[in-house]
Amino acid sequence: MPWFSRSKDKMPAEKKEDIWVRCSACNAHVYKEEWFANLSVCPKCGYHGRLTCDQRLELLLDPGSFTELNASICPNDPLNFVDGKGRYAEKISATIEETGLRESVKTGYGKINAMPVAVAVMDFRFFGGSLGSGTGEKILRAANYAYDFDLPYIIVSASGGARMQEGMYSLMQMAKTCAGIARLNEKKLPYISVLTDPTAGGVSASYAMMGDVNMSEPGALIAFAGRRVIEQTIKQKLPKNFQTAEYLLEHGFLDLIVLRHEMKDRIHQILTYYRAGRTFRN
Amino acid sequence: MDLEFEKTIIDIESKIAELQKLSAENKLDLSVQIRELKKRAQAYKERVYDGLTAWQRLQVARHPQRPVLQDFISMMFSGFVELHGDRGIADDRALIGGFATLGDYRVVLVGHNKGKTAEENAERNFGMAKPEGYRKALRLFKLAEKWNLPIITFIDTAGAYPGLEAEERGQAEAIAHNLTEMARIQVPIVTLVSGEGGSGGAIGIGVGDVVLMLTNAVYSVISPEGCASILWRDAEHAPEAAEALKITAKSLLEMGVIDEIVTEPAGGAHRDPTQTAEEVRKALQKHLAVLCAKSVPVLLEERFRKYSGMGRFDS
Ligand SMILES: [Zn+2]
Repeated sequence: MPWFSRSKDKMPAEKKEDIWVRCSACNAHVYKEEWFANLSVCPKCGYHGRLTCDQRLELLLDPGSFTELNASICPNDPLNFVDGKGRYAEKISATIEETGLRESVKTGYGKINAMPVAVAVMDFRFFGGSLGSGTGEKILRAANYAYDFDLPYIIVSASGGARMQEGMYSLMQMAKTCAGIARLNEKKLPYISVLTDPTAGGVSASYAMMGDVNMSEPGALIAFAGRRVIEQTIKQKLPKNFQTAEYLLEHGFLDLIVLRHEMKDRIHQILTYYRAGRTFRN
Repeated sequence: MDLEFEKTIIDIESKIAELQKLSAENKLDLSVQIRELKKRAQAYKERVYDGLTAWQRLQVARHPQRPVLQDFISMMFSGFVELHGDRGIADDRALIGGFATLGDYRVVLVGHNKGKTAEENAERNFGMAKPEGYRKALRLFKLAEKWNLPIITFIDTAGAYPGLEAEERGQAEAIAHNLTEMARIQVPIVTLVSGEGGSGGAIGIGVGDVVLMLTNAVYSVISPEGCASILWRDAEHAPEAAEALKITAKSLLEMGVIDEIVTEPAGGAHRDPTQTAEEVRKALQKHLAVLCAKSVPVLLEERFRKYSGMGRFDS
């Protein structure tokens, strides 16, 4: 079935110009310095631009508290996949070179306002944040780390869905990552899912939707099937806010939409309730 | 529907039918000629079906005469009691389930409900389930767990339904929920991919302790047509995409994604549904016997390890 597909007009908003960033929502030109000082949120219209995993980690964790785990994991082209545009193996090398990342997720542990947590943060630049074998492996291992050390787990998703170049191994990551989440549930450990722009296909249909608390940012695209596929299927126009964070909140699939600069404190606040429950019960 | 590569098989088969008719009408003994032709047909079927490409197998998996869940229910199971509805919004006809008996085993059976006629498919939405279908499946899995009955799931869908109400009612959440719950359901789960295994809509009922596939079934992360239109920018390249995606039972067994292939008769399940059902029955009973002998902690630990081991990467 057709997962979310990337189209040209959905590419990252910020054009790499020298001193200006053009907001892809309102077309305003904003000084680069101002744009990044504002956490890649447009000061004119409030559009939340995409972040790299490092920017996201800096935003969420106490300075210097992050320790990365399983950093060496990377894709190895298990299907010897060749498509109309070339070999997956070659694209892997090029993407690693270009992004400095080795997979579409960075995982590890750190602190949120001094509270220890396990984290996984996806990065859309690496194959559209798609769910490769290595992605699923790192997300599972971080879940197991949370399980072993009794830590809250936070996953920040940013993904177009499955990684077609890894075929059924990619689909199986959905079951694999959810198995990790299921064990956290058994141990009553908290899992907070942050669905950022975009979270689609196989990622939205696995761990991203399974948070004890599901949160998102204003305007984020969250979808199962792609908009065009649905339009072709039902042959009618879709509502304007279809598949936005606001639409999902309205239909009951998100707990809250949080402004980016409030996100760290909000996650911390929520986790204090978990901690209170633990203390009270013991 | 006649498939291109089946033309010669169909020719030989109609010649056999002709000879049989001739021999009956004229009281001629043509048994030698008929036997000879049948042998030729068998050899030819085996040769053709051994050499099918991934794209050709996909056509067999989608064949309108291929046995669907309702056929398997009437051929293999007895005492089927269908249980309807997700107790929330609707009874999705695209995905059905209930109590069923297979030999000595009382089970909960859940599967995609493709039809064979236009009317059936209109009612059953071609086996493409909505969130309420996946939620009904989950309700039945939890019932099986409560009553301590093993679960059998049959996968045969092009995918979860991509529509407005499906998104609105949380297709993603429904599938995610099933994956998470199935990981820890405390009864054995045996899954058979009987026809098309279409992506998230397939795995949404597919987290089995044992996953079986019929010889000509396919299982794919995306339809070859969809993959071709994204990665080749042209759906015409679907046959190449089918090959590249490694969607056949044989490839997936080699990859460790499935556990066993259930052999279809030469010429495909649509030529001999009875024999196909017999092979499926034997395989299901064999695996139920093994799984039902395991303690719950062992079962869950092995399931966790099975899915933890999925995927290939460098480290
Ligand atoms: Zn703006």
